[in-house]
Amino acid sequence: MTMLERLDVSLDELKHLVSEQALEGDTLLLNMGPQHPSTHGVLRLLLELDGEIIVNCIPDIGFLHTGIEKNMEAKTYQQAEVMTDRLDYLNTMGNNLAYCLAVEKLTELDVPERAQAVRVIFAELQRLASHLVWLATQALDLAAQSVFLYCFREREYILDIMELASGQRMMTTYFRPGGLWRDVPVEFEDSVRWFLDYMPGRIQQYEDLLTKNPIFIDRVKGIGRMTKEQALAWGATGSTARGSGVDYDLRRDQPYSGYDQYDFEIPTQTEGDVYARYLVRIQEMRQSLRIIEQALNKLPMGPFRSNNRKYVPPPRSELSRSMEAVIHHFKLWTEGYDVPKGSVYSVVESPRGELGVMLESDGGPKPYRVKWRTPSFSHIQLLSWIAKGHYVADLVAIIGSIDIVLGDTDR
Amino acid sequence: MNNEKLQNVAADLVANFGGSVSEFRDQMQVHVPADQIAAAAIALRDSHGFEVMPDITAVDYWPQTTPRFHVVYQFNSISQDMRITLRVPLDGDAPTLDSLTGIYPNANWLERELWDMFGIKAEGHPDLRRILMPHDWEGHPLRKDYPLGYEEVQFTFNYDEIDQRKPRPKE
Repeated sequence: MTMLERLDVSLDELKHLVSEQALEGDTLLLNMGPQHPSTHGVLRLLLELDGEIIVNCIPDIGFLHTGIEKNMEAKTYQQAEVMTDRLDYLNTMGNNLAYCLAVEKLTELDVPERAQAVRVIFAELQRLASHLVWLATQALDLAAQSVFLYCFREREYILDIMELASGQRMMTTYFRPGGLWRDVPVEFEDSVRWFLDYMPGRIQQYEDLLTKNPIFIDRVKGIGRMTKEQALAWGATGSTARGSGVDYDLRRDQPYSGYDQYDFEIPTQTEGDVYARYLVRIQEMRQSLRIIEQALNKLPMGPFRSNNRKYVPPPRSELSRSMEAVIHHFKLWTEGYDVPKGSVYSVVESPRGELGVMLESDGGPKPYRVKWRTPSFSHIQLLSWIAKGHYVADLVAIIGSIDIVLGDTDR
Repeated sequence: MNNEKLQNVAADLVANFGGSVSEFRDQMQVHVPADQIAAAAIALRDSHGFEVMPDITAVDYWPQTTPRFHVVYQFNSISQDMRITLRVPLDGDAPTLDSLTGIYPNANWLERELWDMFGIKAEGHPDLRRILMPHDWEGHPLRKDYPLGYEEVQFTFNYDEIDQRKPRPKE
């Protein structure tokens, strides 16, 4: 039995993806993953190796496919939102936001100022949390263990703030179409301010440990290079593309949720290697803190969700006084709300890149079709192009640098 | 959004490739005939500056058959700050259309997903295998005639109806 027969695909199916030498046995086919600590989840890579050098890299995904898009079609708009958290489990608030924006676009719901500011604060906190996990795992893959522990320590403070507001550390479902699930508690502002004080010093600490560390630089400089043209053609978005000099950020260029009111910079680098992507994300963490501070300073008082009772449930206090409120409550929680017929595509800047939702409605209470355009899906595809010619050990650095989440990829 | 420019792009597409334009919630959607999609994509990339194609997906309108599917392409222009959606209607149960892998390389996986989930074949695709489902899977899960797969609750009024649909062990 040859090596290829033992894999779960036959050689015939993959013949066109490997080089001639592989068929003659001159190069080695090696399976990396799906159970491998540095593939960041259940990603399987079929590597064709010439010695230690990668000739071809064939990513194989789908191990975490949960059929979320299909399931959403069978649920009402409110029920479907709960599933958005489970897509990209490091960016739960961002997924909620993308989904809510799509529903709000279809229904033309208004979102109060306060809800928008709170959404921005949480979206940025979530970006920080996600970048912390990225930094932790990227450093761990390159054998810098202490950074991993520090990053997870800081992430816990962010999860605490999320628990404070939504009752959940991770699967929050806190943003709802029309606003928020409930208003932020009184302790919210103080805890975010404490975090804003605390965090800049920590980011400096990570930089002290890594940015000029010769061992780290040896592993990341010049690795996984991608030019600006390649990044665009290969569908790279977000910080992965910005590392290659693509000066584009949806928060600035197609602003949503009032991002146009805040003053922040879009860090870019031109080298397009792993180190450039590292520098971009570190700078992005600082910019996120800036946005949070501005949003917190202007956090307006007022309602936290829309007053449109056809889509947004009435406050609990009204249920004992108003018959109309009871009817609305009953209708919303039993059959949901009808959404006007049509199709929209709404995008947000997730920590990984462009997160898009195509939502199509047939006029009923359930989405007719939901498509999640997820950045990790495009970025894993990139691997087959940028991994060529590198050592296997460097592949680990490249996987870390494109910041993939397999829940986001397989959906 | 660059609205006037976008109107021109849409008008240009319709003039060259036929089809129709619709606008919904400030988003431009152009319906393009299936045999023109590759030409339209080349025009968008080369003459109108749409450098990125973030997404390809489809919508199934079963039991309607003409058209049964709409394949939905999203295009994004970073330099000119525009977005446009192309919709391609496709008839029948085993439709095909031209692959865009030669024009936008990232169409590769997106078209594999299209094949896997909807059974829409991209002609000229270099590597058209299933991507999310196992390679020996049968059927295309996101089609509307593909069941979701949960057990239906039987009540008195629909007991017989559901009972008939239940899978039974072979004799």
